[in-house]
Amino acid sequence: MTLPLFFFFVFSAITVASALMVIAARNPVHSVLFLILAFVNAAGLFMLAGAEFLALILIVVYVGAVAVLFLFVTMMLDVDFASLRQGMLQYAPIGVVVGVILLLELLMVAGSFVLAPEVTATAMVPIDPSMSNIKALGELLYTRYIFLFQGAGAVLLVAMIGAIVLTLRHKSGVKRQDVFHQTSRTRAEATELVKVKSGEGL
Amino acid sequence: MEFLGTALNYLLGIPLLGWGTEVGFVYKALLLLVALLLFTAYILLADRKIWAAVQVRRGPNVVGPFGLLQSFADLLKFVFKEPVIPASSDKVVFLLAPLVTSVLALSAYAVIPFDAGWALADVNVGVLYIFAISSLGVYGIIMGGWASNSKYAFLGALRSAAQMVSYEVSIGLVIITVLLCVGSLNLTDIVTAQSQMGLAYMLGVPWLSVLNWFWLPLFPMFVIFFISALAETNRPPFDLPEAESELVAGFMVEYSSTPYLLFMLGEYIAIILMCAMTTILFMGGWASPINLVPFTLVPGVVWFVLKLCLVFFMFAMVKAFVPRYRYDQLMRIGWKVFLPISLVMVIVVAAVLQLTGWGWHGGAL
Repeated sequence: MTLPLFFFFVFSAITVASALMVIAARNPVHSVLFLILAFVNAAGLFMLAGAEFLALILIVVYVGAVAVLFLFVTMMLDVDFASLRQGMLQYAPIGVVVGVILLLELLMVAGSFVLAPEVTATAMVPIDPSMSNIKALGELLYTRYIFLFQGAGAVLLVAMIGAIVLTLRHKSGVKRQDVFHQTSRTRAEATELVKVKSGEGL
Repeated sequence: MEFLGTALNYLLGIPLLGWGTEVGFVYKALLLLVALLLFTAYILLADRKIWAAVQVRRGPNVVGPFGLLQSFADLLKFVFKEPVIPASSDKVVFLLAPLVTSVLALSAYAVIPFDAGWALADVNVGVLYIFAISSLGVYGIIMGGWASNSKYAFLGALRSAAQMVSYEVSIGLVIITVLLCVGSLNLTDIVTAQSQMGLAYMLGVPWLSVLNWFWLPLFPMFVIFFISALAETNRPPFDLPEAESELVAGFMVEYSSTPYLLFMLGEYIAIILMCAMTTILFMGGWASPINLVPFTLVPGVVWFVLKLCLVFFMFAMVKAFVPRYRYDQLMRIGWKVFLPISLVMVIVVAAVLQLTGWGWHGGAL
């Protein structure tokens, strides 16, 4: 057994085990923590496959940003654990159907390598080994797929603006800090010098 | 057996048994770890001394000459105290959180080049690795805050999560401007690029290499990176997660003895990492500031540590004389000031590089 193979087994075993724990854990926060563990180990698998850029982007985007928001929401929800566990069996048939379909599809993909080697042989695009991950990705994304790439970015931007517009409410009577207004104030506008007569006040 | 041989060869590099010829990873990593922990002990003391000097106090001065052994006394005190674990806390996550913080902070040093060829792992995606590791740093804080089952700790964790995620965006964009100039994600390449091109060559004074470094052409980015680094490491004036006047000690409120020590250690090691990143990205890494004989004879690692200490001195001074930000001001400056400026700067830098052909072209990428 070589060292990469050993690490492959370590990473994949932890990924599978933690994925199992995501649905088996009683506490939703523990579920999210196991999900993060699964993400990190999947990044390790990417790294072993030579896709170091994808591995690190997986950590930065999914673990560093998306999962933080997951954790954020799950921690703040007031979850009733007892009622959550009641519906477990009710959803089991749907879960089984989805799982079986997914398994069959995975088997078909894996089987195509064996059953139809001529298809997979032509489908694979050889990657120039002298080129690093980032350069190879960039040369594809910014040349051949530039419109799709920019289109995906535009869709995300629209979704983000849409979410902001939907949740933005203007309330009247709220005092907001206007830093420009504050700093552009002069002494004459802000203060007033008064002579107070003794015993009278203002 | 073959596997064991490869593993031992790779990790330990024991020449006695016929495996490996160079010093193994394990020895190098241990040496780095010990050096780093000793350095952290004295950086912590320096932080307290600088803070005290600004406030005309003496600071720690009892243990050892000038208080030089204060950090070690603190270490012993923390280790020998009883760790108190709250009864209603989630015990596993509670104890895991400080470990996560300190281990993640330490693991980022694997790719930092302290001198030419002195990086433990000189990987092609070094910048991305550091960015990924520092984006994970928020987990220790969230886990600690949630597992403590206390409202102060939880509020501190929520603040910290929002703060660190917000400032990561502007840090990422600042790093992108540097990467555009260099054309490589390798940290060694970034330092090399700063000694091989830049303003000093353009002005015809190639010996004055201090002008070559990116702090001058990318000065606004340098300032934004420094301030974002303060926010990312929860340093004052952005130390809202542990604001002692409102939240007692934030996410650390329930921690005591060794777990607390690990949190503090992780925090300071992350601060030193940010100083090292500033040194590498903007201040020429291990290069000497003047490329003439008496200065170039000094080993690169000495220059690196000197620059790191200079950046840390700025960190300490900011802590000493800037009052703490309010939470909405913190969010405002992150999203409404830094993000637009750095976004525009990415476009400007990219346009300038494209139009003038400036930039480093020697990278392997």
